[in-house]
Amino acid sequence: MNGGDEVVAAPAGPPQPLEWKFSQVFGERTAGEEVQEVDIISAIEFDKSGNHLATGDRGGRVVLFERTDAKDHGGSRRDLESVDYTISRHPEFRYKTEFQSHEPEFDYLKSLEIEEKINKIRWCQTANGALFLLSTNDKTIKYWKVQEKKVKKISEMNVDPSKAIANGCISSIASSSNSSSPRPSYLANGGSPDKSYSYLTNDFPFPPGGIPSLRLPVVVTSHETSLIARCRRVYAHAHDYHINSISSNSDGETFISADDLRINLWNLEISNQSFNIVDVKPANMEDLTEVITSAEFHPTHCNMLAYSSSKGSIRLVDLRQSALCDTHAKLFEEQEAPGSRSFFTEIIASISDIKFGKDGRYVLSRDYMTLKLWDINMDSGPVATFQVHEYLRPKLCDLYENDSIFDKFECCLSGDGSRVATGSYSNLFRVFGCTPGSAEATTLEASKNPMRRQVQTPARPARSLGSSLTRVVRRGADSPGVDANGNSFDFTTKLLHLAWHPTENSIACAAANSLYMYYA
Amino acid sequence: MSMVDEPLYPIAVLIDELKNDDIQLRLNSIRRLSTIARALGEERTRRELIPFLSENNDDDDEVLLAMAEELGVFIPYVGGVEHANVLLPPLETLCTVEETCVRDKAVESLCRIGSQMRESDLVESFIPLVKRLAAGEWFTARVSACGLFHIAYPSAPEMLKTELRSIYNQLCQDDMPMVRRSAASSLGKFAATVEYAYLKADIMTIFEDLTQDDQDSVRLLAVEGCATLGKLLEPQDCVAHILPVIVNFSQDKSWRVRYMVANQLYELCEAVGPEPTRTELVPAYVRLLRDNEAEVRIAAAGKVTKFCRILDPDLAIQHILPCAKELSSDSSQHVRSALASVIMGMAPVLGKDATIEQLLPIFLSLLKDEFPDVRLNIISKLDQVNQVIGINLLSQSLLPAIVELAEDRHWRVRLAIIEYIPLLASQLGVGFFDDKLGALCMQWLQDKVHSIRDAAANNLKRLAEEFGPEWALQHIIPQVLDMINNSHYLYRMTILHAVSLLAPVMGSEITSSKLLPVVITASKDRVPNIKFNVAKVLESIFPIVDQSVVEKNIRPCLVELSEDPDVDVRYFSNQALHAIDHMMMSG
Repeated sequence: MNGGDEVVAAPAGPPQPLEWKFSQVFGERTAGEEVQEVDIISAIEFDKSGNHLATGDRGGRVVLFERTDAKDHGGSRRDLESVDYTISRHPEFRYKTEFQSHEPEFDYLKSLEIEEKINKIRWCQTANGALFLLSTNDKTIKYWKVQEKKVKKISEMNVDPSKAIANGCISSIASSSNSSSPRPSYLANGGSPDKSYSYLTNDFPFPPGGIPSLRLPVVVTSHETSLIARCRRVYAHAHDYHINSISSNSDGETFISADDLRINLWNLEISNQSFNIVDVKPANMEDLTEVITSAEFHPTHCNMLAYSSSKGSIRLVDLRQSALCDTHAKLFEEQEAPGSRSFFTEIIASISDIKFGKDGRYVLSRDYMTLKLWDINMDSGPVATFQVHEYLRPKLCDLYENDSIFDKFECCLSGDGSRVATGSYSNLFRVFGCTPGSAEATTLEASKNPMRRQVQTPARPARSLGSSLTRVVRRGADSPGVDANGNSFDFTTKLLHLAWHPTENSIACAAANSLYMYYA
Repeated sequence: MSMVDEPLYPIAVLIDELKNDDIQLRLNSIRRLSTIARALGEERTRRELIPFLSENNDDDDEVLLAMAEELGVFIPYVGGVEHANVLLPPLETLCTVEETCVRDKAVESLCRIGSQMRESDLVESFIPLVKRLAAGEWFTARVSACGLFHIAYPSAPEMLKTELRSIYNQLCQDDMPMVRRSAASSLGKFAATVEYAYLKADIMTIFEDLTQDDQDSVRLLAVEGCATLGKLLEPQDCVAHILPVIVNFSQDKSWRVRYMVANQLYELCEAVGPEPTRTELVPAYVRLLRDNEAEVRIAAAGKVTKFCRILDPDLAIQHILPCAKELSSDSSQHVRSALASVIMGMAPVLGKDATIEQLLPIFLSLLKDEFPDVRLNIISKLDQVNQVIGINLLSQSLLPAIVELAEDRHWRVRLAIIEYIPLLASQLGVGFFDDKLGALCMQWLQDKVHSIRDAAANNLKRLAEEFGPEWALQHIIPQVLDMINNSHYLYRMTILHAVSLLAPVMGSEITSSKLLPVVITASKDRVPNIKFNVAKVLESIFPIVDQSVVEKNIRPCLVELSEDPDVDVRYFSNQALHAIDHMMMSG
C-alpha cells in the first residue's frame, strides 16, 4: 500500500473496480433544511498519516476530525512522524475540535472586503504530539498548532488571592480555577509588579539560607485534557491578488503560497518576509492572458514545484536553477485538436487544481471537462485523460450564462496512485482507475447511498498500451447524456472539494455543508 | 500559607506570579528568577524551584525562551558548579519544544552549563542527556541533540566516544531533514573536538554523506562545514578530501549551493595552501563570478576583496580583476552594488600602479552608475583608495557623482550622501570642499524633507568639528545666519536647530558674539513655533556662554517670552529659566 510504481509496472491484469460503501456523514442536512452560507465547506485535507482530517468553511472555521479506529493501534511516535502503517479496518473519524481561523476583514487602503472563507488547508509536520496546519483565506495565511493540554489548577500560593487571612491557614485556596481562564480578581492583588519590586534589586540582601516562609505555587494537574488551537504565525501582506493555493515543502521548513499572478516562498518560522519565486504579471496588465490557478510542491524533491494556469498548461519549476523561477523547467500542455475550437475552448481548458501523486512521478490536473494524468518525464501530452462530465458539452452555453463554467473542481489521487477522483454537479463525484488497462469509471453520489446513481459504464478496455506511443487512454466518454435516473442535473449542488485518504481507499467529500466519507 | 510578612510581600507576589494568567506577569517573574532563587536559598532552589520549573514547561514560548535563557546563568544560584547537574532536566525538556528559538536558547544554555561542569558530572549526567535527546521520539529532541555533542565529547571515556560518534552519524542520516540540517550545521563544532584519526575517518565519511544528501537544504549547510573542516585538517588531507567537494559544489545544479560556496570559498584558500588555490580555487571562484544566477554573482562579488587579500597580487590581477571589470557593468544592479561596496578595498591589495591602471576605470564607471546605491557604496569607501593613490585622480568624476546624488529625487539617497559628507570632507581637504561642496551643504538646509534638513544641520556641526571653528566662522556661519531671514518658518526653524548644534563646537566667544544675537532676534518672530524653539535653543546654549551674557541677554529674552500669549512658548521659556536658575544655584 505504498505509492510505488504500480502504475508503471502493473501486476497481471488491472485491479478490480472498487465497491464503494458509505462510511460516515458529518453535518448531514435534514430534509428541507436551509444551508447557511457560512457552513459551506470550502477545503478538505487529510494529514500525511491519514489519522486526521481537516475541513475549512466559508465562515472561516477549521474543523478537525480524528480517526477513531486507529487510536488503539498506537504505533510509536517515530512511526507517526514518518507515516505508513496499515490498519485492517476502514477508517472512521470523529469530530475532534474546531476553531475560528479567519475573520472577515476590511482593507481600508484598497476599500476591499476580505472574506473569511478558508481557501486551502495544508498539514505540516507533527511535533511533540501537537498537530500543525496552515490555513489561508484570500490574503492571509495562518500557522496553527492544535494540542491537548492537561488542565492545571493552582492550589497554593503565598498571597491568598481572596485575602482570607481570617480563616487562618487553608491549604487549598479558592484560586483553583482553570489556568486558561482569566482571573482578574487576582491581578488586583498582585498588581503593578514593577513598582513594588523596585527595591528588590539584585543587591538586595537575602539571608544565606533563603527565606523559609516563602513557597512556590503548587500546581495540581488533573486528568482532564482540553484541546487548544493556537495561532503561531500569521503570514500577511504578501499577496496583491487572491491566494488560490498553499503547499508545504518536503524539507519541513518552507512552504509556498500562490495567487493569480505570483508564487511566494516562505520559511515557516519567518512571517515577515517571503521570496517571490514566480511572477507572471505582465508589465502592462492589458497584456494579461494567463493566470496561475494552482501550485504544489513535489512530495519528495524540495526543489521542485508545479503550477497550473488558466490556459491549461502545467509548468514544472526547479528552484535550483535560479532565484526567480519565471522560466519553467518543463511545460505540460495538450495541443487542442484542430477544428474543435469554440468560444468555450479556452474557458474549459483552465486548470482548476493539480495534485502530485505520492511518489511525485505523476501529476493529476482537473480542467472543466476532464481529469488528466501527466507523467513528469513526458511533456508531449497526458498519459491518460478521463472525461468527467462529457454530457455537459452541449450545455456549455447555459453553464456559461450561469457562471457555472468557472467552478473550480478539485481532484485527488489515491495513496497508491492507481485511482483518481474528482467532483461534479448534482453532488456527484467520479472515481477512475488509472492503471494501464483499467476501465474503472465509477460515478457516486455524495449521499448515504453512494451507488444510487451508479451509471453502468460498459467495461470497455482502453486502447491497448502497445498500440499507442503516447499511451493515451480515453475513457468514460460514453456516459449517457442524461443521468440514469432521468433527473436533470442540478448546477447549484456541486461537489468541488474532496480528498483521498493517503493510505487507504477512503474518500472524504464535501456536499455543501455536509462532509461525506466513503470507503472501499 | 496565606500570611506573609510585610517586607516579603513583593517577593511572595513575584513567586506567585510564576503561575499568573497574565503572560506579562509570568514573564516578569521568570526574568527575575535569580531573585526568587536567592530568596529561597540554594538548597530549596535545587530541591523545589528547579523541579517546579521542569514540571511547568507547557507555557507560552516567550516564557519558555526567558526560562531557557535564565537557566543558562543559574549555576551560582543552585550552589555552584558541583550542583550544576540539577539544571539539566528543565533544559532538557526545553530542548524538545517545537519552537526553534526556545530550543536554540536551551541548547545554548546547556552548552554554557556543560562547559563549566566537572568532568565526572558530564559523564554522569550530561552525556546521558545528549544520548536521550539523540534518541528522542520527536524530531525536535534530535535536532537539539546535534548542538550538544561538542560539549559532551571531549570528556567522554573512550567507549562512550565511539558511541557518540556513531550516534552523530545516525543523526546525519535521520529521516527528518530538519535533523540532518541541524547535524550538518553543527558538524564543524563537533569535528573540532574529535581526535585527528577519527576526524579523518568517521567525520569525513559523515561529511561526504551530507554533501550528497538529496535535500538541497541539507547540502547547503554541508558547504558551511567545508571551511570549518578544511581548517581542522592538515593541508594535504584538506586538498585530498575537501577540495574536490568544494570544487564540485561550485558547479552544483542548485544556485543556493553555489551561493554558499561563493560566500565561503575565500576561507578555504588558506586551508589548502597556495598551489591548490591557484590551480583549483581561483578557477572555481572565477566561474562563480561569472555565474548565470545573479544571486551567486552578488555573493561572489561581495567577497572579491577578501579573496584577493589572500591571493598573490599577480594572480588577482591576472584572473580576478578582469571579472571585476565585467561585473562593474553587470546587468543586475545588485551585483554592481555588491561589487561597489568592496572593490575600493582592493586598492591597498593591488598597490598603486595596478590600482591606477586597472581599478581606477572600474571605480569611475561605478561612480557613473545609474543606480544610486552603487555610487553611494563607492563614495562610502573612499578613504581606502585615498591612502593608495590620493584622491586627485578621482576627484574629477567624484564631484559630478556627488552633485547628482545630492540632488537625487529620492530623499533617502540624499540623506545617505549627506551622511558621507564629513568623510568626504576629510578625504578631499578644505580646498576642494570650499570650492565645490560648500554650496551643497547650504542647499540641503532648505530641502523640502525634514529629515534632510535635520541631517544637513548635523552635517554642518560635523564639518565644523573636522575643519575647526576658524574655518566654520568664515565658511559656514555667515551663510547659515543669513538664512534666518527665510520667509518660511520651517526653514527658520532648521537654522535654529543648526545654531544649537554648532554652538558647542564654536565655543563661548563666537556663540555669544555671532550666534546669540541671531537667536535673540528670532525671539521676536511672529510664529510661536519659532519662539518656543528659541527658548529651547537658549536652554541648550546658555551653559556655553559667559554668565554675564546669560544675565544680560538670555534671561531678559526668556523673561519676555515667558509672558507670551502662546501657552507653549510660555512653557518652554519657563523651562529654560528654571534650568538657568538651577545651574546658578548649583554653582
